[in-house]
Amino acid sequence: MEKQQSIIEFQRPFLSGRRTSAVLSILVMGAGQLNNRQYGKGIALMLLHFTGLYAVIAKLPHAVWALVTLGEKPTRLEKVGKLYQQVMGDHSIYLLVEGLIMIFLMFLLLAVYVQNIRDAYHCARLREEGVPLHTFRQTLHFLLDYRFPQIAIAIPVLGVVFFTVMPIVFMILLAFTDFTRSHMPPAQLINWHGLETFRDIFRLRVWSETFYGVTLWTLIWAVASTLTCFGAGFIIALAVQQKDIRFKKFWRTIFILPYAIPLFVSTLILRNVFNGQFGPVNDYLELMGFGRVPWLSDPEWAKLTLVLVNMLLGFPVIMLMIIGVLSTIPGDMYEAADIDGADGLQKLRLITFPTVMYTMMPILIMQFVANINNFNVIYLLTGGNPVNGNYQFAGHTDILITWLYKLSMEQGQYNFASVIGIFIFVLLSGFAIWSIRRTKSFKEERL
Amino acid sequence: MTNRSLRKTVRLTSSYVLLSLAALFCIYPALWVLLSSFRPGDMLFSETLLPTSFTLLHYKQLFENYPFAEWYINTFKIAMISTAISTVLVMMTGYVFSMFRFTGRKNLMSMLLALGLFPGFMSMIAVYILLNQMNLLNTHAAVIIVSAAAAPLFFLFSKSYFDTIPRSLVEAARIDGAGHLNTFFRMILPLSKPLLVYVVLMNFTGPFTDFIFARLVLRTPEKKTLAVGLYDIVTDRTKLQFTMFAAGCVLIAVPITALFLLLQRYLVAGLTSGAEKG
Repeated sequence: MEKQQSIIEFQRPFLSGRRTSAVLSILVMGAGQLNNRQYGKGIALMLLHFTGLYAVIAKLPHAVWALVTLGEKPTRLEKVGKLYQQVMGDHSIYLLVEGLIMIFLMFLLLAVYVQNIRDAYHCARLREEGVPLHTFRQTLHFLLDYRFPQIAIAIPVLGVVFFTVMPIVFMILLAFTDFTRSHMPPAQLINWHGLETFRDIFRLRVWSETFYGVTLWTLIWAVASTLTCFGAGFIIALAVQQKDIRFKKFWRTIFILPYAIPLFVSTLILRNVFNGQFGPVNDYLELMGFGRVPWLSDPEWAKLTLVLVNMLLGFPVIMLMIIGVLSTIPGDMYEAADIDGADGLQKLRLITFPTVMYTMMPILIMQFVANINNFNVIYLLTGGNPVNGNYQFAGHTDILITWLYKLSMEQGQYNFASVIGIFIFVLLSGFAIWSIRRTKSFKEERL
Repeated sequence: MTNRSLRKTVRLTSSYVLLSLAALFCIYPALWVLLSSFRPGDMLFSETLLPTSFTLLHYKQLFENYPFAEWYINTFKIAMISTAISTVLVMMTGYVFSMFRFTGRKNLMSMLLALGLFPGFMSMIAVYILLNQMNLLNTHAAVIIVSAAAAPLFFLFSKSYFDTIPRSLVEAARIDGAGHLNTFFRMILPLSKPLLVYVVLMNFTGPFTDFIFARLVLRTPEKKTLAVGLYDIVTDRTKLQFTMFAAGCVLIAVPITALFLLLQRYLVAGLTSGAEKG
């Protein structure tokens, strides 16, 4: 009994009161933990505190200045002695990114800081109630055992934050600047100019006409390419899976071929195959006495060719998935249907199709979303061409994403590109999250 | 011939015709590029489908005029390292989301899914500057880091797969004293071979096909990957050498295609089991 007493005595915090520990941790990270006699944790946090404090004092004002002004000194010629020399000014884009990185790090630090206060308070309370606290080693074990999901997910999430989230925030910010090729650092500084770019896209005729036209084609393209891939995949899967079709494996292998060849290679190949002047397709058509078809040079034909090519490249995956679904349909359902005197079409309509649709629906929606962003096929096959005179930097077959690419990479209209990017993002993420939240895999939640 | 067997013959014949036609469309581009790569001269144009004479000159030219062997090595190096990292990250993310319940889980999942939809190159300028700050421009590490960092965004497929593994199995392993990592590597991974094959394959083909980002980062010829090199060959307006491009296509497509055909069995299993759960 006496021994027990002395242990508790030994474990008592230096200064009692959970508030005290919390306040100490507010003042200096880790101080509350030291007060609770948790030395390892306390020292680690304290080290972090001083590193963080240094960063805040040394770097944060500069970061805020950078984000607010985007640089003040332009690159200019200055007289040094008798010669004029180019003096580098502030590089707005670098300042923007550096500022953002700093802000993100600060948020990270803030999160640790808040946790540190909560921890100090919580541990001090446990102390008061006489519960022995974890040693440093026990803390580590506890983390690995009971906080495993958070720790395991932290690494990928950190990567995503710095290589995806941060760049996206950067891009969103660009939409509010005047960053274009004619306004390009380091020669010039870029400035904030609010919603002007958004206004231009909807108000200026050249821009709004392109915007609506391209959006419309994007949606048509997404619907058409999703449906054709699904239709072709479904038909081929049905044909292959018929009971009396022979060489099933052979057929499946052949149909996987377009999927197995890297998309970028096969698209470039098909661009040549459909070439109007020397492509073999037109050669054969001519040999057979038909005229040459402007596969890629006529706007309507180009659109059709795109859907066709996309179907050819996309149906194998769908086919494989549908074959998988088909094999799960119990055979006695068909037998029962046979006894009831159903014909093939009825069986297809009433048994096969609903079952396939049930499992394929979420995938179809995802495919639709992915097709809105299907950059590769369009960029590699037509490059958005043929040119459309009424469009601002876009061709007839450009979808939003390829238009965006042209705007940023080829035309240097970064702020306009950013607005399009935001638009695509809003369109897609709303749609995707809505549909995914409805899928079984998201709803399941076995506990 | 009875009515019934006549209908069966019609159905089978039309099925075979349909399948053969589709097969023709699938094989033709591959066959055409293969034959073109052996055709003498620069142009793809020819009067006959089968070339009258064969040459290996274009393959030789690829290795002589361009550092093609180096591109090959680069691509494999990048593909292997980034596949290893990406696969672990994707599997881990899917596993955690599937097996554990913790606060913020659903929001985090939605966030990652939405981010995965974001057009990658929109943020390329920022990534470029970030890499510049880290002194990683024109290095393979840059390509590896960026592709590995984006990999967890595509966790949904692996999560759906893991959802099918009974959690009682995991709990049993935990009760027997296996740590989380042990459970994951010793039990979960072997159980999900089709998924693993699928994820590896998808990540492996990435570096073979990505040329937009890689082209931005990899500047000097000896650092390029196959996709970047080949794209630059085919878009070089000064000399259009289609036959050489065809030879390059064959060389890129062969390893990937072989891998696909080799792993077909797993691929089908992986795809279908992921699909079933939707």
